[in-house]
Amino acid sequence: MQPHSPEAIVGSRITNQSLKRWLHSLPGVDKVGLEARAASLGTRSIKTSSKAWALDSAIKMMDLTTLEGMDTPERVKSLCLKALTPDPTDLDCPRPAAICVYGDMVKHAKKALGNSGIYVAAVATAFPSGRASVAVKLLDTKDAVKAGADEIDMVIDRGAFLSGNYLEVYKQIQAVKEACKRSDGSYAHLKVILETGELQTYDNIRRASYLAMLAGGDFIKTSTGKVTVNATIPITMLMLQAVRDWYDEHGVLIGVKPAGGIRTAKDAIKYLVVVKETAGEQWLNPDLFRFGASSLLNDVLMQRQKLKTGNYSGPDYVSVD
Amino acid sequence: MFEYAPAPESQALVNFKDSYGHFIDGKFQKPGKTYQTINPANEKVLADITYGTEKDVDLAVKAARHAYEKVWSKLPGAERGKYLYRIARIIQERARELAVAETLNNGKPIKETRDVDIPLVAAWFFYYAGWADKLDYAGLGPNPQALGVAAQVIPWNFPLMMLAWKIAPALAAGNTVVLKPAETTPLTALLFAEICQQAELPDGVVNIVTGFGDTGAALVGHKDVNKVAFTGSTEVGRIIARQVAGTNKKVTLELGGKAANIVFDDAPLDQAVEGIINGIFFNQGHVCCAGSRLLVQESIQDELLKKLQRRMESLRLGDPMDKNTDIGAINSKAQLKKIEALVKQGEKEGAERWSPACVIPKNGFYFAPTLMLGVSPANTVAREEIFGPVLSVMTFRTPQEAVTKANNTEFGLSAGIWTEKGSRILKLADQLNAGVVWANTFNQFDPTSPFGGFKESGYGREGGKQGLAAYLKGGY
Repeated sequence: MQPHSPEAIVGSRITNQSLKRWLHSLPGVDKVGLEARAASLGTRSIKTSSKAWALDSAIKMMDLTTLEGMDTPERVKSLCLKALTPDPTDLDCPRPAAICVYGDMVKHAKKALGNSGIYVAAVATAFPSGRASVAVKLLDTKDAVKAGADEIDMVIDRGAFLSGNYLEVYKQIQAVKEACKRSDGSYAHLKVILETGELQTYDNIRRASYLAMLAGGDFIKTSTGKVTVNATIPITMLMLQAVRDWYDEHGVLIGVKPAGGIRTAKDAIKYLVVVKETAGEQWLNPDLFRFGASSLLNDVLMQRQKLKTGNYSGPDYVSVD
Repeated sequence: MFEYAPAPESQALVNFKDSYGHFIDGKFQKPGKTYQTINPANEKVLADITYGTEKDVDLAVKAARHAYEKVWSKLPGAERGKYLYRIARIIQERARELAVAETLNNGKPIKETRDVDIPLVAAWFFYYAGWADKLDYAGLGPNPQALGVAAQVIPWNFPLMMLAWKIAPALAAGNTVVLKPAETTPLTALLFAEICQQAELPDGVVNIVTGFGDTGAALVGHKDVNKVAFTGSTEVGRIIARQVAGTNKKVTLELGGKAANIVFDDAPLDQAVEGIINGIFFNQGHVCCAGSRLLVQESIQDELLKKLQRRMESLRLGDPMDKNTDIGAINSKAQLKKIEALVKQGEKEGAERWSPACVIPKNGFYFAPTLMLGVSPANTVAREEIFGPVLSVMTFRTPQEAVTKANNTEFGLSAGIWTEKGSRILKLADQLNAGVVWANTFNQFDPTSPFGGFKESGYGREGGKQGLAAYLKGGY
């Protein structure tokens, strides 16, 4: 199937009016029903071989993240080394998909990771608030791409979205996408952070998901991890429904990345169950599903060790990062 | 890829005896003439159950009468409440065991017995325990009086939950009971008898007599019962209504249903799909208030059916004891045959049958989740209660047509409305002839909410304050 143009999808020239009409025609979301379904999937019992598969997959789908004001080149290097050898006692342990850092740390991460195949993702566009001029946001993006970032995690302009200025949000995503273009004509992978905790309603989250997909985002991501409510299972399920329906209608596969607040292996497995039973097995793949997390890896490693040895070791048996 | 490994709940959590007698006057009788009760998921025998005779029934009613006159009617409400609270707490303590027992004997998934049935059973006892000393506020005037001995006959689809719906309000109101569980699912009622002993409930307040239809008929027809409460088929409900006509017995009947689940074009579609699934595939569709007729607005038919079929493909049918099973076993061979026959009849009349690919286990009684597409209101599958995982799909064009079609049934137990428009929900709820109308949800139960039907779905209400009226003088 040939990807449809934004105009064909919306059914008219792209204006704020047409975007509004299109977004507001999407089916509503019933909060109680969505959350009940998410809770019921949370009761799936994942044991033995399926647990082993899920733990390994959770690592392979992880964007190991450090996004602190106090980040240093040394700290980023240490995290990269952890990504290269997550569990020194088990060299078969898979590696995370990417390291996620601020733009100025990209060069240090690239250097530490070399040609290991682990991607470097950079947050950009005045992350996390997104409150800067478009010119600054684009420069922020270009700077990270130039430093070698494989993936860009941008934030949408929530203020514009909430004030009904969908066209502005759309144009910014498109412009950032262009800023992801490298000198050789290829593009850095673009993840669009909706900051669902600020959009507040499920209807808004569905609309923002569609807007980001229309504007050319490769991934839709829940959160920056910097606000009170970050990724939740119902929100992630809603976004998975959006990418599933988008693929059905337009033949384009878009990824989903829940980020922030996913700390335990048990949680990660619940997310994978939701992926499988909402979007389908096709999405159980680092190209289409990622966890944005900083402390999840160690818990998964401990659970992995327990599954292998039968004993639960404790936090001193995995490395701090 | 991500296949779920088997996650079976432990069968060792429950210990059935080899054979059971009736529970009369606080003691288990010696087993009489017995029949076998099986696990419908694998057809293995679980225990031998006594086939109750007229004599057994008479003994049980006498015990109940004695307990009513000598003990139970003399206790203050607060004391009755204490026993009910005690029973509720023991149910919670033994919840896992009861869930396993229910799944083994009924065939429904452990996920449902664990998360729905048993928690509701406890909730029902807790709720009515609270009423026991507050009957003055039941709306029937000061100091309302109990009826006496209640004869209660319950179905196999929610064995312990139906027991709770019957026994909890009866005891709270001050009656004593003789209960007959369905012939295929007696085991949790017998475990409940053990719980009555454990709670030191006075002898004879609760009596359980097991057996078949004729046992139930003997109980309902016994001259010394004051109240008959029945949940089951409309067919048997009619027989009971005839049997008690002209007597002083008060009757409540909770019978069949053929509920319409109405989906408008402005509905929250993904949640509507979940509601449709929950409406008809919950408990293998063995639910009297199941949403067995889907009425979808023509303009969204294709979109909704596509989503529904995709969702049905993710339903996991199989071993009910596996914690990841969504659809378990049909309760009996007879029921399975009935479902098969009705679906065949539907096909013959022109409906298109669709089921997702799913592996049916070799042993046990199973039926794949099924859609009957292109059904007209004249078809058998649109009119008769199938009591299985079979959904008849019909369309409508306008709200008025939806109401007309929804009400065009001999039943009137429940209905569902899916729309984001609140005003439409209120207007339709008013126009639908159904005892329960759910809006943007389906199959939700709560002890505080009355439940019951219109037309051939029966009369009387269970649950809530209204449920007390069925067991007190001055009520209906």
